[in-house]
Amino acid sequence: MDNLLSIVTFLPALAALILGLFLRGDDAAAQRNAKWLALIATTATFVISLFILFQFDAGNTGFQMLEEREWLLGLNYRMGVDGISVLFVMLTTFMMPLVIAASWDVSHRVKEYMIAFLVLETLMLGVFMALDLVLFYLFFEAGLIPMFLIIGIWGGKDRIYASFKFFLYTFLGSVLMLVAMVAMYSDAGTTCIGGCDVSLLKHNFASESFSILGVQIVGGMQTMLFIAFFASFAVKMPMWPVHTWLPEAHVQAPTAGSVVLAAILLKMGGYGFLRFSLAMFPVGSDVMANFVFTLSVIAIIYTSLVALVQEDMKKLIAYSSVAHMGYVTMGIFAANQQGVDGAIFQMISHGFISGALFLCVGVIYDRMHTREIDAYGGLVNRMPAYALIFMLFTMANVGLPGTSGFVGEFLTLMGIFQVNTWVAAGAATGVILSAAYALWLYRRVVMGDLIKESLKTIKDMSLREKAIFAPLVVMTIWMGVYPAPILDRTGPAVEALVTKYDTALAAAGRTEADTQVAVAEH
Amino acid sequence: MISADLNIILPEILLSVFAMAALVGAVYSGKDKLAPLLVWITSALFLALAFWIGTTGEGTQVAFNGMFVNDGFARFAKVVILVSAACVLLMSESYMQRRGLLRFEYPLLITLAVVGMMMMVSAGDLMALYMGLELQSLALYVVASLRRDSAKSTEAGLKYFVLGALSSGLLLYGASLTYGFAGTTLFSGIIQTATEGQMPVGLLIGLTMLIAGLAFKVSAVPFHMWTPDVYEGSPTPVTAFFATAPKVAAMALFARLMHDAFGEATRDWGQVIALLSVLSMFLGAIAAIGQRDIKRLMAYSSIAHMGYALMGLAAGTELGVQAMLIYMAIYVTMNVGTFAFILSMERDGQPVTDIQSLGMYSTKEPGKALAMLVLLFSLAGVPPLVGFFGKLYVLRAAYDAGLAWLAVAGVVASVIGAFYYLRIVYYMYFGQDREDALDGGKSPVLWGFLMVSAVIMVAGVVNLFGIEGVAQAAAATLVN
Repeated sequence: MDNLLSIVTFLPALAALILGLFLRGDDAAAQRNAKWLALIATTATFVISLFILFQFDAGNTGFQMLEEREWLLGLNYRMGVDGISVLFVMLTTFMMPLVIAASWDVSHRVKEYMIAFLVLETLMLGVFMALDLVLFYLFFEAGLIPMFLIIGIWGGKDRIYASFKFFLYTFLGSVLMLVAMVAMYSDAGTTCIGGCDVSLLKHNFASESFSILGVQIVGGMQTMLFIAFFASFAVKMPMWPVHTWLPEAHVQAPTAGSVVLAAILLKMGGYGFLRFSLAMFPVGSDVMANFVFTLSVIAIIYTSLVALVQEDMKKLIAYSSVAHMGYVTMGIFAANQQGVDGAIFQMISHGFISGALFLCVGVIYDRMHTREIDAYGGLVNRMPAYALIFMLFTMANVGLPGTSGFVGEFLTLMGIFQVNTWVAAGAATGVILSAAYALWLYRRVVMGDLIKESLKTIKDMSLREKAIFAPLVVMTIWMGVYPAPILDRTGPAVEALVTKYDTALAAAGRTEADTQVAVAEH
Repeated sequence: MISADLNIILPEILLSVFAMAALVGAVYSGKDKLAPLLVWITSALFLALAFWIGTTGEGTQVAFNGMFVNDGFARFAKVVILVSAACVLLMSESYMQRRGLLRFEYPLLITLAVVGMMMMVSAGDLMALYMGLELQSLALYVVASLRRDSAKSTEAGLKYFVLGALSSGLLLYGASLTYGFAGTTLFSGIIQTATEGQMPVGLLIGLTMLIAGLAFKVSAVPFHMWTPDVYEGSPTPVTAFFATAPKVAAMALFARLMHDAFGEATRDWGQVIALLSVLSMFLGAIAAIGQRDIKRLMAYSSIAHMGYALMGLAAGTELGVQAMLIYMAIYVTMNVGTFAFILSMERDGQPVTDIQSLGMYSTKEPGKALAMLVLLFSLAGVPPLVGFFGKLYVLRAAYDAGLAWLAVAGVVASVIGAFYYLRIVYYMYFGQDREDALDGGKSPVLWGFLMVSAVIMVAGVVNLFGIEGVAQAAAATLVN
């Protein structure tokens, strides 16, 4: 199948179109049809996407399964995957059926809800497969529209504020990237990201220092481009201090929206750093690395402390996400094999774990309609299965060996230790803090005696809910015990990326010693 | 010789003759009873002419010793003008009919305005420019106060007239200075004198005055003050017309004058236009935030959009003109759809323009609300909708011309602007149900325009309907 990637990408959109055009009415039958169609479409997408995984040749470090068609403005519709993106594609297709299944109890404007999620899936998949700059931007930005509607229509009490904040924050970040993309097009004369003769990944962007208004810009154009892209990806990631939209959006979004946000949308930022910042602007990345490390360590420590004092479960997990993304940015800009491998691993694993944690909150929210931690306590007495699953994902979130969370954290810490021991030391304290807030949350919600009157009749998880968690449990443990299948697929591509990065730095005269001097001068 | 000249301006002659003949005919026969028929005939004539101009005519033809130029650029602008005017006329028919506004003069005044616009985009001489501009403006002043028993509408017409006269004065003054220093009113003559870095001071002042006059017509800041009041006061179909065809004509004339007459001095006017552009984008974005009347909001929105189109012009390159043409074509398509929606906003037969009345419109009319949602995101420039590509083109043109600061300013303004488009989405989708909700608005014509426009916004992502190549060819004839 030559068009495998396009088929996978646009299958959900096709289902959305069918839903929108042919499904009439809003009665129970129509709602059921909408849910089933969405579930079937996302499952089919997942099954077809497995072929991508099977066809993928890990030894080949270039882009594979290329598709190319002429488009406008001298642009091309170009899709492809490599070792860095293929797993994100799989993560997306894997999570979406679970997300749809977790929305089975939605009863308000079901058809529109399903359409929004299906369109969102197409756009997210497009981001990870697009090999044209403008095409990437198209998918990257377009995702804002369905997400804005999901938060705004099906969200909680303060959904309006959250949806506007989400949209405008991320929009502001990305438009600067748009200008940078125009600049790159102008400089390199192509918008091809990779997989063609003249591509941005092969292009060397100028890195000679220059000064603007008397300010010396070390790394020149590369640094400027890096900053523009950073503005976009840092907001998406989100990094401290531009993370404030995330807790709002998470708290107000419906459960499924939170899962998509945490599991997939946040990964676009990390993917962008890998695909663009690190690979195309090595000198800029090197110049800005210490700045990124500083923000990452602050994110890890500060947001962990903030998470400790949260009274809303979703907010707590949201802050924990920000902290975990701190490891990812740190690992990426350590720019060595362990760091980058660890960052990708951490992103995939965080996709499963945070998705599962939000689903855990969703399970009890559906029953009690509150996310206040104080409203719970002693759930283990009535919900043993829930307590077990929540326990597993809490531990995975903490990074317990044997779960996928451990591998990612360990690799990123190992990567950063080779570059900057102080940063590594700072980040390591985050491991302790994450144990503190996660276990404390678990104790307050699940342990103890069941004394609250309202909880006396709460029911344990239904079969549907257990079925949703089962694949996540399997993945989390499997990746924790035997991470090789993941690392084997990312390894060669990451190795090529790191080699290219080091070569570019050497060519620009920025070796290890220079960096040290630069740090000392600061 | 004269027959060849007449041949070139045959479309304009046809339209003028039609307007006169229809005027006389209607006065002596059925008067307003003929109005609906005239609307249909006029629209059909516009569309036929658009088809004719679009499919015939090759290369550059010059008539009347250079006074009138018919080139690819003019043809592109004329097709956009004619098609958008026809769309607006068709949309306004039932609206004006039901409110007793449909007089037979309405389609004829629009026809005369269109003739003026066609003259404008083909002008090769300052005199021809002024003639076209005034013909257009005079017709529009009258149309603005069409609802003559309404204080707001007459106020709009008067305001438009007084400020328009002021801008015409500025323009004329600029034209006379230019004539004085260049010794000719022909664009092809002016360009000999107006070379970069060595323009006489008088010519520079003349150029600035001309820009000021034209900036008024495209409602660029700081010459925008009339726009919100005129948009609000005029009957909605007239507002829809103001927001579309005249903007294209004025923008095309702007490009024509700058490139044909001052094309050797791009840097001299480029910075002035860049300033107009950045001011328009920011004022349009910020001032619209507080608006509750959707017509005023669209006025500020059009000011902001003109800022983006001017960004393409400020580049002073072929790519810039191409970007401007594409931007204007997209802008017109979006506005036709948006105004089709606004025209259908009514309660108990009365037009409503308060955006709060859209509360939960999406539950009542899901299809229309979705189409409007698409248009609003397109106006905001969010991909993958076509409005984004318009922005992408102008950004690229500006960046390539060394105006990176303008590109950055433009995208920042677009984020601010996104807020007020989102606010309408908010009322339609997230708001509260209202007691005094709007009626469905069951006009099939308006529904059709709204839907087609929304579908274009989505489907255009495939190849922009080939407009890119056409605009490029058009721009190439203007910028050599």
